[in-house]
Amino acid sequence: MSKAKQILLNPIFNDNPIALQVLGVCSALAVTTNLYVTLIMCLALTLVVGFSNLFVSIVRNHIPSNIRIIVQITIIASLVVIVDELLQAYDYESSKTMTVFVALIVTNCIVMGRAEAFAMQNTPFLSFLDGIGNGLGYSVILILVAAVRELLGAGTLLNYEILPLIQNNGWYTGNNFFLLPPSSFIIIALLIWGLRAWKKDQAEEAQFKVAENSLELEESKM
Amino acid sequence: MFEYYLTLFIEAVFVENIALAYFLGMCTFLAISKRVNAAIGLGITVIFLLTLTVPINNLIYTYFLNENALTWIGITGTDLRFVGLITYIGIIAAVVQILEMFLDKYVPFLYNALGIYLPLITVNCAILGASLFMVERELLFVESVVYGFGAGTGWALAIIALAGIRERLKYADIPSGLEGLGITFLTVGLMCFGFMAFGGISL
Repeated sequence: MSKAKQILLNPIFNDNPIALQVLGVCSALAVTTNLYVTLIMCLALTLVVGFSNLFVSIVRNHIPSNIRIIVQITIIASLVVIVDELLQAYDYESSKTMTVFVALIVTNCIVMGRAEAFAMQNTPFLSFLDGIGNGLGYSVILILVAAVRELLGAGTLLNYEILPLIQNNGWYTGNNFFLLPPSSFIIIALLIWGLRAWKKDQAEEAQFKVAENSLELEESKM
Repeated sequence: MFEYYLTLFIEAVFVENIALAYFLGMCTFLAISKRVNAAIGLGITVIFLLTLTVPINNLIYTYFLNENALTWIGITGTDLRFVGLITYIGIIAAVVQILEMFLDKYVPFLYNALGIYLPLITVNCAILGASLFMVERELLFVESVVYGFGAGTGWALAIIALAGIRERLKYADIPSGLEGLGITFLTVGLMCFGFMAFGGISL
C-alpha cells in the first residue's frame, strides 16, 4: 500500500478519531438523530479538516511556534464561518436543526488535533489527505450511529419510510429510546466494543486483574 | 428578581446541563476523568473561565457585533454578527492567556493546582458553546453572568461525578474490548438518562 493511500485510509478503522483517539466526540452525539442532518455535518467537518490541514501545512514554516495556536484557530475559524454561511444560504432548514453545532466545528478537537499533530510536520498534499481521511473516519462512526437511531427510532432512513409505523397503519412501533440523545453513547460504546473485538491490538489493558479463584487453584494442585 | 436568577442558575446546572444534556466539552470530559482530584481541578477552571468569558462576550456582542450595535458611537446600520465566531474564540484565547499570567503572579497556589488544564481548555467546546448559547438566547448582561456560572457549575458537577464512578470501575472485571473507553461511554450514557429526569421539572 502506497504511503498516500495509507494516510488516507488508516484513520477509518485502524486509527479512528472517535473510537481510538477520542477526538471530536461532542458533535458526534448531538447531531445524529436524523441521517440527512448527519450527512451534512460529516461533509462540513471533512471539508474543514481537509482544508485547514492544507492551509496550516502551507504556512507551517512561516509561523513562530509560540503563536501557532492562534494562527491555527484563525485559519480554522475562517473556514468554519464560510461553511456556516454557505449552509445558511443553501439549506436553512438543517442549519436551524444543528443550531450551534456547525459553529462548534471550530473547537472540534479533530481539526485542532490533526493540524497540530500532522499538518505542522508534513507537506501540504499529505496533510490534505490526512485531513480527508480523518474526516472519513469520523463520518463512518457518525453515519452508523445515525442510521441505527433513525431506523429504530422513527422507522425511516433519509426520511424515506423503511419500517411502516403503527400510526401510519404499519406494523412497527417506533422505539423512542433511540430518539433520545443519550442512546448515541450506548451505540458508540457498542461500536467501540465491536471494533476492538475485531482489531484486538486496540483494546486497553485492565488496570487491575481479578485474582484467580483460589479454590480452583488448590483443587488443581491436588 | 432574585427568584428569577435562581431559576436561571438551577436550570443551567441541572435541566440544561452543558455536559450531559448538550454534550459539550466531551473530549476533555472523557479524557481527564480518571481521578477525582484532577476532575475537581478541571471543574474549578471551567467554572472560573465560563463566569469570565460569557459576560465579556455578552458585552462585545451587545456593543459591537449586534445589528445597529455601533449606534453609541454614531454609526448606524451595521451588522457584524458574521465575525462573531472568530471574535468569541479570540476573546477566549486571550482571557485564558491573561488568566494564566495573572494567576501565576498573584495566586500561585491556584495556578499550581490548575497546572496544564488552563492552556488546554481554550479548545474545550463547553467554553465556546456557552458563549454561543448566550447569543442565541439573547441574554442580558446580569443574566449572562448567572448563566456562565451555572453552566460551569453543571459541567464541574458532571465531571466530578463521572470521575467518582470511574475510580470504582477500575476494580471491576470488564470484557477486554469494552475496557477503558467503551465502558466510559456506557457510563456517561446512563448518567445522561439520569440527568434527563431533571427535564421534567418546571421551575
